[in-house]
Amino acid sequence: MLDKELRSMIGQVKDGRMDRRAFIKRMAAVGLTAPLANQILALGGVAMAEGASTYKPTKRGGGGALKLLWWQGPTLLNPHFATGTKDQDGSRLFYEPLACWDPDGNMKLVLATEIPSIQNGLLAADGKSVTWKLKPGVKWHDGKPFTADDLVFTWQYAKDPATAAVTIGVYRDIVVEKIDDLTVKITFPKPTPFWADAFVGAGAGQILPKHLFADYIGSKSREAPANLAPVGTGPYKFVEFKPGDLIRGVINPDYHMANRPYFDSLEMKGGGDAVSAARAVIQTGEYDFGWNIQVEDDVLLRLEKGGKGKTVYAVGGDTEFIALNFTDPNVEVDGERSSMKTKHPLFSDPVVRKALSLLVDRESVKKAIYGRAGRTTANFLNGPEKFVSKNTSWEFNIEKAAKMLEDGGWKAGADGIREKDGKKLKLVYQTSINGPRQKTQAIVKQACQKAGIDVELKSVVASVFFSSDVANPDTYPKFYADLEMFQIPLSQPDPSQHMRRYLSTAVATKENKWQGTNFPRWVNKDYDAVINAADMEMDPVKRAALYIKANDLMWQDTVFIPVMHRLKVEAAANNLRPVISGWANETDNLFDWYREE
Amino acid sequence: MSQYVLRRLLIAIPSLLGISAVLFFVLALAPGDPFSELATNPNVPPEVQAALRAKFGLDDPIYLRYFHWLNAMLHGDWGFSFVSRMDVDRLILQRLPTTLFVIGSAQILALLIAIPVGVYAATKPYSLFDQIANTLAFVGFSLPTFFTGILFILIFSVTLDWLPFVYTTDIKATGIHWVFEMIRQAIMPVAVLGLFQAASMTRFVRSAMLDVIRLDYVTTARAKGLGQAKVIVKHVMRNAMIPVVTLIALQIPAVFGGAIVTEQIFRIPGIGSLLISSILSNDTPVVMAVTFVFACLVVLFNLIADVLYGWLDPRISLR
Repeated sequence: MLDKELRSMIGQVKDGRMDRRAFIKRMAAVGLTAPLANQILALGGVAMAEGASTYKPTKRGGGGALKLLWWQGPTLLNPHFATGTKDQDGSRLFYEPLACWDPDGNMKLVLATEIPSIQNGLLAADGKSVTWKLKPGVKWHDGKPFTADDLVFTWQYAKDPATAAVTIGVYRDIVVEKIDDLTVKITFPKPTPFWADAFVGAGAGQILPKHLFADYIGSKSREAPANLAPVGTGPYKFVEFKPGDLIRGVINPDYHMANRPYFDSLEMKGGGDAVSAARAVIQTGEYDFGWNIQVEDDVLLRLEKGGKGKTVYAVGGDTEFIALNFTDPNVEVDGERSSMKTKHPLFSDPVVRKALSLLVDRESVKKAIYGRAGRTTANFLNGPEKFVSKNTSWEFNIEKAAKMLEDGGWKAGADGIREKDGKKLKLVYQTSINGPRQKTQAIVKQACQKAGIDVELKSVVASVFFSSDVANPDTYPKFYADLEMFQIPLSQPDPSQHMRRYLSTAVATKENKWQGTNFPRWVNKDYDAVINAADMEMDPVKRAALYIKANDLMWQDTVFIPVMHRLKVEAAANNLRPVISGWANETDNLFDWYREE
Repeated sequence: MSQYVLRRLLIAIPSLLGISAVLFFVLALAPGDPFSELATNPNVPPEVQAALRAKFGLDDPIYLRYFHWLNAMLHGDWGFSFVSRMDVDRLILQRLPTTLFVIGSAQILALLIAIPVGVYAATKPYSLFDQIANTLAFVGFSLPTFFTGILFILIFSVTLDWLPFVYTTDIKATGIHWVFEMIRQAIMPVAVLGLFQAASMTRFVRSAMLDVIRLDYVTTARAKGLGQAKVIVKHVMRNAMIPVVTLIALQIPAVFGGAIVTEQIFRIPGIGSLLISSILSNDTPVVMAVTFVFACLVVLFNLIADVLYGWLDPRISLR
């Protein structure tokens, strides 16, 4: 049904009977977000619109200094070595991709001249290749011309395992060819419905200058002087870098976008903590912009009263969730707990899983913890590629959960804890150490107690919980607990990578050194079929429906209990006009920032 | 004398080796992974993480990693930061001047307060001045720096708006303005650290002075008809300062080591904040280098204190 309607709507946009904005609104109503709606149009034969700019200044420069406060300062400036988003943010001040994502999820051109589409012939109809046209006359900060060779080189650099680039996953399987000095063609090994990954966005897309890195490909990569002194094409030129402390840049007078940038210089200061960063921006006005202000809403509201700044929110697709373990964490089989040879003694009864999902008071979590920075949701996939399902729902109802358990044969014992066949409803619930997470744990525990479930809370230091250390039992992939809570950031506007993690072939086990991504160890043949079909599906409409179905399968099986759809929170001076996208790094749209006089 | 120094230096070698071994093994056994943030990034496949671990030698046995480290250290290679992908010595040298300036000024401030106040209080024990000095000293070292630091920020930055609370190493000014700005931003951290140090040091100077001031030779000096100032400065202080010198010498490594809490509060890019951020991100080579250099300095300044003893008090012979 959705399929047909969408087709006719695409037709209407093509003929000009429906305008693009109305189409995107209609898409949002059925649960597709803007980036995806745009990609659907591109694949449906309608060219993707370039994001509108809100940039007002009419001349380059004259804006004085821009002072940014990153409470975790970037520690390196080669985007292909970035260990976190902070490093991508720092590199993105100087390096640029072909295109980036604006706050509405539209593609915005940076170093390319045209958004590829089937109509303009740049996107192959079978989704196996995409061609990019580069802006002519762009120069690196040292005056050398920017050409297709730089893209081909960046691809070779990142895909070489000896370089040890973290972006290898994006470049490993593709082929980048130079057609002429200003044209490159990317060929994919199989139909790729989401083609805007390589060379797009701050995460993996930043392009390196061949003339400075050519001698440092492979194992010599760490010796490149440009690792610490980037020469890019961006709006600001590099001046100084002190890892973890400071980055300075000055205006690039030859920048390739008209009237940009606005500021004459910029400074990115690192260190400290989120609360005092919020204070320095909102209360005292020492800085213009503060990154990732994950501070309780009460505190922010207090700072904002009569302050010099305000908080800024950007909607992305990050979901804080509680994952359920489908294997038994307490039984060791062949030196491995949570082994696939076991079944979880309590969660193998779907009634228990359903009851648990009724015991997470999302409204209270939002009110008490996340405030303006969270939205309640029933879906696991609230993604930037949002295929948000409308078929799901959630409620918080202790009585209903208790009744459900009672009917399912889980009767309260002498100590008030429910049990069935000698198995008591006792759960271990782990997460990383982080204020909001511990508070959420407490709220869930309280509700569970009322329903006769005993919950033991466990908190693990973040650097251990998220580590890939095979020897440590407390990492999230090992999942030696019944429940665990965290979020996996969505770093690109497409669900494919995110949803592939839970294929039954990707289960984390001792055999694959817990490198498998399916940590709940959930096995569902229908889900596998849906995801594999979606991966090859070039028809955007069918593909959207498949991901919605995948999300619904997870919801039916209660694999995850989504706690909160989290928004990005930043702090900005009252007169600063930052452009922040929930689908991109904070500095991705820096060329459009300005100050209202 | 020179023989003594030589012998002490030779003894230092096994103790430094021992320290380095303990540090290395404790750090290696500590949980965590420098590439932890990659684990939740869906763009980075797990094999890439595994390859990175292998590349940086994190999967080798611990003893092998220790010998690699020791060998490199002997060749003057302090290691390579996992997180910044640059040489550790560059990272440390970049941050040393700031730490020396801030922590050094704080130590000097502490001495400038502690010695006159302590000496004067000891010459008039239980006077009003002594009582006030004592009370303030108790208050001073009972309040931790993380409390006074935030209190200062609240008063001088937020309420009065006089001083900046983010320390920046890059002040856009030259000449006298630069000096002025530098002092302005250093006032709060230096005061917080300096007053904390001064409080305990004042107590120490006072009691050292009191120990000496009642000795017979001081009475003799007074009986000779020497003036009060001369008795205190030439006769009492010279002897009373011997334990104080030890205390100061042992404080000097801290000047290089930075002050973790204060640096974090005021965002001072010093060694202390480098250490804490490296610990949090499991950047073992940096943690190892900073702690080891710190250990070397402690050993060295212990030696210097001992040598100074002999110079201050010829009765102590060094053999």
